[in-house]
Amino acid sequence: MRELRSEVLVLGAGPAGIAAAVSAERAGARALLVDMQAEPGGQIWRGQWNKATDSTARRWLSALRASPVEGRYGLRLVDVPAPGEFVFDGADGPLRVHCERAVIAAGARERLLPFPGWTLPGVFGAGGLQVLAKNGWPVAGKRIVVAGSGPLLLAAAASLRSLGAQIVLIAEQSGWRDLAAFGSGLLGTPHKVVQAAGLWRKLIGVPYRTGSWVTQALGDNEVRSVIVRRGRQIVQLDCDALAVGYGLVPNTEIARALGCELRDGAVWVDMHQHTSVPGVYCAGEGTGIGGIDQALVQGEIAGCAAAGRAELAATAQRRRRGSERFAAHLRRHFGLRAELRSLAQDDTVLCRCENVAFGAAKACSSMRDARLQTRLGMGHCQARVCGAACEFLFGWGAATPRPPLAPAGLSCFNLSTSAENPQEPT
Amino acid sequence: MSTVASVDVLIVGGGIVGCAIAERLARAGLSVCLVERDVLGGAATAASMGHLVVLDDDAAELALSAYSCARWQALAPSLPATAEYRRNGTLWIARNVEEMAEAQRKQWRLAQAGIDSELLTAAALAEQEPALAAGLAGGLRVASDGMLYPPVAAAWLARQAAAQGAQIRCGVGVRNLVEGAVLLDDGSELRAPHIIVANGCAAPELLYGAPIRKRKGHLLITTRSAPRVRHQLVELGYMQSAHGGDGESVAFNVQPRPSGQLLLGSTRQFDDVSSTVTPRLIQRLILRAQEFLPGLATATALRAWTGFRPTTPDHRPLIGPWPARAGVWLACGHEGLGVTTALGTADLLAAQLLGLELPFDARPFAPARFAAQVSHAA
Amino acid sequence: MPPEISVRIDGEDVRVRGDCSVAAALRQAGYAATRLAHDGSRRAACCGMGICFECRVQIDGRERLACLTPVAAGMEIWRDA
Repeated sequence: MRELRSEVLVLGAGPAGIAAAVSAERAGARALLVDMQAEPGGQIWRGQWNKATDSTARRWLSALRASPVEGRYGLRLVDVPAPGEFVFDGADGPLRVHCERAVIAAGARERLLPFPGWTLPGVFGAGGLQVLAKNGWPVAGKRIVVAGSGPLLLAAAASLRSLGAQIVLIAEQSGWRDLAAFGSGLLGTPHKVVQAAGLWRKLIGVPYRTGSWVTQALGDNEVRSVIVRRGRQIVQLDCDALAVGYGLVPNTEIARALGCELRDGAVWVDMHQHTSVPGVYCAGEGTGIGGIDQALVQGEIAGCAAAGRAELAATAQRRRRGSERFAAHLRRHFGLRAELRSLAQDDTVLCRCENVAFGAAKACSSMRDARLQTRLGMGHCQARVCGAACEFLFGWGAATPRPPLAPAGLSCFNLSTSAENPQEPT
Repeated sequence: MSTVASVDVLIVGGGIVGCAIAERLARAGLSVCLVERDVLGGAATAASMGHLVVLDDDAAELALSAYSCARWQALAPSLPATAEYRRNGTLWIARNVEEMAEAQRKQWRLAQAGIDSELLTAAALAEQEPALAAGLAGGLRVASDGMLYPPVAAAWLARQAAAQGAQIRCGVGVRNLVEGAVLLDDGSELRAPHIIVANGCAAPELLYGAPIRKRKGHLLITTRSAPRVRHQLVELGYMQSAHGGDGESVAFNVQPRPSGQLLLGSTRQFDDVSSTVTPRLIQRLILRAQEFLPGLATATALRAWTGFRPTTPDHRPLIGPWPARAGVWLACGHEGLGVTTALGTADLLAAQLLGLELPFDARPFAPARFAAQVSHAA
Repeated sequence: MPPEISVRIDGEDVRVRGDCSVAAALRQAGYAATRLAHDGSRRAACCGMGICFECRVQIDGRERLACLTPVAAGMEIWRDA
């Protein structure tokens, strides 16, 4: 197996990971930045690496380019066989990294909830369709319904519209009271207000409904229309795609595999982003959904701390509190309504990988019971999708992650160093 | 809470053995309560392969496993489809002439129990399983062996028991075993003239001195894009690995799941009681499997896990009265054969408890064989 | 327009944009689904971020996620649909 050594390994090259790697190098450590995507940027800066249009992205991506940080992309973490040892799988086979300290910056994923028709081609996560489109998924001229919850809906709709899509409707499940409270709460963070105003400008003329959600997607081989509920009103809307996401959930698989303590579904960290496991730090959405400002600030702090120079992050420490306020504000105003728990029918697929129906899962007593009796969460995605859904639907906790962290070639378990390529220069 | 309830039989442990006993005794008309501290079939049952196999190391094991496999076969039409019962047979693989000679001896021993098998030449082996490596000597095909998905089979047995009046209580552990009763974690007491300890590796927690050690095993399952295999494939060296000394051992044992996935076993080690996957053993497991199935080189692993086999000093289960305590019965210590022998265990225990004719000789399984150990432990 | 490249999808030569993901290339070429579920229903890219694994396809003989893989000239892509 190919091998690499590094002082600080940064897992994930979104804003938090980039800030961590760049800051670790600035603080004097050698950093290795790894991501499963083909280039750095994470979800929010997808496609910005070669043509940055966002000023913050441009600043950090040029900092990364100018920094001696070594980047390895298109590699997915699949195993942590021993402390300080990380095995990745990619197109060129496995790679083993030995490091002294690690920063987890694995970001977040969308919460996808089951409803009749949600497995049809043409039904996406909201951010999901946005990032697919950023990588060339054709949306120009397509009629798209954007639905779910949270500020991401506006960003996704604006982005899809700028690529030529016709946004049929944005359906936000939160009521207008919550949204008004969220908006006025932003007055304490003026740049967020500016951002929001910018998004709204891009969405002029797009129908936006609060207290509204999709109950069904229809079509035989692809989605053709959706049924949207608003109070007692039910309407059917024709569309070519449905982009629906119910907020973000932290990606915690890596942290859990390393034994890090979680609180409220997020990785617990101290003021230096240090987790409960020695030498392991976490930055960004993994510590709780808080957006890009929190990710950058925490990345800087984690990078400095992992380099053994926590004191260099003093200014970032001051910005940390503001970003935490925004995160708490976000959580408070986009709580999911109970009606979303009854969208799935007994025969609606809940676990997409193993085709386990909602009704079969409902009869079980816990995630573990459901795994054993129905194989829920036992397929390729390893409960990344249905786990977050079950947490909302049934209140089930996540099951213990088992190796590999994602499906991996059997050669990833061959720990002997290959003879042809004993050690790559670092 | 100090409620007291009373039943004829109390079963501790909702693995496949406990569930089979609950079904058997409820069917006999007894009032039964089964107590499981976690979920049904969640421990060794969940970790196991679900290979239904006749083993022939000694006459007792042969009798128990042959009887049990026949019982599964009889039960098969009633099992739910999700129990995935299949009679796809075992193919014992010989790598050389010595192992071919062992295959012949195995055929003779199996015949003593009325089990038909077929010796395969190297060419016949390759025809049966084209994915196997070239250069193997041959094998023995036991067509009557099968497989199932154990957690679903266990839960189904428990539901059958419940349909006949048994109480199935999950999520509550047994804190203590006292005279004619158990104390549960929730503070309540359950009284029963017969208490059956069927909690596998946890038996020594209730019965100090119960001669059971944990023997850790690793398994790995691939995605559906693995090489095509029809039979359960086991190397003839497997029994040496299973019954060998206290050291680590790895033997080739692969099961084709109905889904098209391959389940890869098997490893054995004592003295490691952590449930974490040991990278070194997973590596050995894979390398061993690739020697027999070279096509695995490009396969994708979906998940690896570990489990513990409840192992007795002579590798035979403990089925029968526990001599140190009146009214206490054991049905544990099945090592890697608990799924295969669950139904035979239930019948043998029920026959002893109800005073019926024994289906086969009970003496080799009598916990009393460890009486010396037990007498000072009680 | 960005330059086009040739790839093989399910054994057929097709021209797609060279600056996109395999998932996007499949869609541009008119393939709506990437795989069939156990019940035979069609599935396609959903999360876009390497989480749901619905867009897995064989690329040059290995199972890969179409949403995470940039398309490249000469790629051989097989769907399971």
